[in-house]
Amino acid sequence: MLHPPRRGLPRLVAHVWTASVLSLAVFGAAACGGGDNTATGSGGSSAKPAEKITLTVALFSDFHFAPLYAEFKKTHPNVQIVERRAQFNDHHANLTTQLATGAGAADVVAVEAGYIATFTPLVDKFYDLNQYGLAKRQSDYLDWKWRQGLSPDGSKLLGLGTDVGGLAMCYRTDLFKKAGLPTDRSEVSQLWPTWEDYAEAGKKFIAANVPGAKWFDGPGENFRAMVDQAPVGFYDEQNNLVAGTNPDVKKAFDLNVQMIQAGESAKLAAFSPPWNTGLTKGSFATIICPSWKTGSIKDAAPTTAGMWDVAAVPGGGGGNQGGTHLMAPSQGKHPKEAAELIDLLTNKDTQLRLFTEAGALPSIPALYDDPKITGFTNAFFSNAPTGKIFTDAAKALRPQHVGPKAGDVLTAFGNALQRVEQGKQAPQDAWNQAIKDLDRIK
Amino acid sequence: MTVRVPAGAAKRHGRVRQGLRRQLVHQLDVKGSPYAYVAPFFLLFCAFGLFPLAYTAWVSLHDWTLLSDVHKFVGLDNFSQLLGDDYFWNATFNTLSIGILSTVPQLLLAIWLAHLLNRPLRAQTLFRVTLLLPNVTSVVAVVVIFSQLFGRDFGLINWVLSWFGLDPIDWQAGTASSHIAISVMILWRWTGYNALLFLAAMQAVPRELYEAATIDGASGYTQLRKITVPMIKPTIVFVVITSTIGAMQILAEPLLFGTYSLTGGPDRQYQTLSLFIYENFTKLDFGYSSAISWMMFLFIVVVVGVNYLLTRRSRGNLT
Repeated sequence: MLHPPRRGLPRLVAHVWTASVLSLAVFGAAACGGGDNTATGSGGSSAKPAEKITLTVALFSDFHFAPLYAEFKKTHPNVQIVERRAQFNDHHANLTTQLATGAGAADVVAVEAGYIATFTPLVDKFYDLNQYGLAKRQSDYLDWKWRQGLSPDGSKLLGLGTDVGGLAMCYRTDLFKKAGLPTDRSEVSQLWPTWEDYAEAGKKFIAANVPGAKWFDGPGENFRAMVDQAPVGFYDEQNNLVAGTNPDVKKAFDLNVQMIQAGESAKLAAFSPPWNTGLTKGSFATIICPSWKTGSIKDAAPTTAGMWDVAAVPGGGGGNQGGTHLMAPSQGKHPKEAAELIDLLTNKDTQLRLFTEAGALPSIPALYDDPKITGFTNAFFSNAPTGKIFTDAAKALRPQHVGPKAGDVLTAFGNALQRVEQGKQAPQDAWNQAIKDLDRIK
Repeated sequence: MTVRVPAGAAKRHGRVRQGLRRQLVHQLDVKGSPYAYVAPFFLLFCAFGLFPLAYTAWVSLHDWTLLSDVHKFVGLDNFSQLLGDDYFWNATFNTLSIGILSTVPQLLLAIWLAHLLNRPLRAQTLFRVTLLLPNVTSVVAVVVIFSQLFGRDFGLINWVLSWFGLDPIDWQAGTASSHIAISVMILWRWTGYNALLFLAAMQAVPRELYEAATIDGASGYTQLRKITVPMIKPTIVFVVITSTIGAMQILAEPLLFGTYSLTGGPDRQYQTLSLFIYENFTKLDFGYSSAISWMMFLFIVVVVGVNYLLTRRSRGNLT
């Protein structure tokens, strides 16, 4: 049967459109950035209260910030906030270009966990938020999340955290039922205390031969989760690239190869249009779920409401995938207002609200016992108590040092696993080529 | 100038000076103003063509990353590293392969379509406009839709293949299959455009030649081969060269076909030269990217040169 995918096309087109429109906007801003300086420049001081100013906020997806801007405007009637969004990779590449050329960066920029270590060493490219009274926020935060936003010597506060990405495993109850697996979330969690158990459960699922369905979407994201759970990932604390020698990385790679060879992968690259179709069509029964991904699934496959549930992640929690910081580039002219906006966008009330609206797991541990969060259930995921599941995951989370080029390293290994999956290379050759690719990452 | 008896030496001197000045202005007008007329083009060309070319060459001689203010001069190191880089040669092969797969059928098809449209037809304008339609479609829309047609699990093409008992093809995974898929996108988008160029040239071929050929009993195909093609040779040379340059610069199709995979698939099976440049550019390795750009420029010069010689040599038999 021909099943034309419904959501992939408009989404990608929308992404590309946004990206191109935004890059135009960026160039426009870069071009006229020099002319509209009305603020005084003395010591980076800011606009006078009555002066009309515009703050731009650059994000890589919908952070559901809009109502918060309205709130900010109540206390700052002279401030107008303009949000711009770009595709994930473009967003971070644009930011690098803007910092290097000294023009065009927004007043407040979002930086994802995979990139934060790329930007925090650029101490003089960002405002030190300590200077604007945000040092007081330290007591709110998970310690490791706070430290990720500091300059390498720890003296300057360059970014404030929004969310963290505690892990869980989302699964399709309808497909589990067809395969004769348990569907209750606590029983499902017991299926896979470890990733090896997860692979075994996958063999059972494949043996049941559910038409059109495999065990998981693709090896890349599972590999990432396994590495994220290890005490050391691709880099050691001193930012040396140890991916090639770290036994945990090799172990994760080998286990994924085994799962590929057992035919458990649907061979779909995450966030691609065929992946969206696969979500809707039920092409795979499980998918690794950092907290924010519950939102992505709901957006990508709205017709599957009620077919999903959420269980614990294999490997005993621990592991963070994603999460974001907000930073204020020093080319901005209104650091005081930018800092105040960052404060609002990351404070306790905001993080509470964004969890219920967008699945963004707070980085403020005091909220993990807040009944509004622990009692939160997600209707889309069969009323799973996602509040409890993800706060448990966050409590179990062992932070890992993220190195500067973690994203590129992940691409090298992800490509290697895909080469195995597509039958292009033997596992050992794929591994060797990935290790060779690491040499190119400077 | 009227000749009069000069009233005095001073006056004569003045008149001579005036004449000289006029002559000078005239000279300046004749020799100088054409430069002013063409200046806008050359200024723009210098700003957007020549300067970037030269600056890229300069950057390619350095170890140049965006975030560092120090750009170390490394001579031709980037180029020697490039010549030993497997991924570079892989990208070169992919570019040539996709280029040939897309350009050759495209031009043959375009000539054939133009030939069909070059006879009296009902609703002529409609057909001609239809030809151009694919070209005004956004390249993003084209690639996104074709990627779905070439989908592995739910794609139309695999569905049709299944009627004939064929197994579904993972179009993106294979080298040949991905090249074919990308070439089809280019083919679809550019054939009509080139057909219109050919058609315009064909309209300028004198009708008498065809009439005479018809009287002599020449078939449609013979007329195409012996009259049309030789008569529109300048246009063919032009189209071949522009298509070749276009084929060397393919970026959007492979980038979007792989949904933002900068490596052009896990095995770099459809990473073109432009995509390879872009990959290194996003790593902010500007020195290396510039070196690749320059190599690509040299390739284009060579390929266009070869094409030009080939199309020039293939003379028709119109006598």
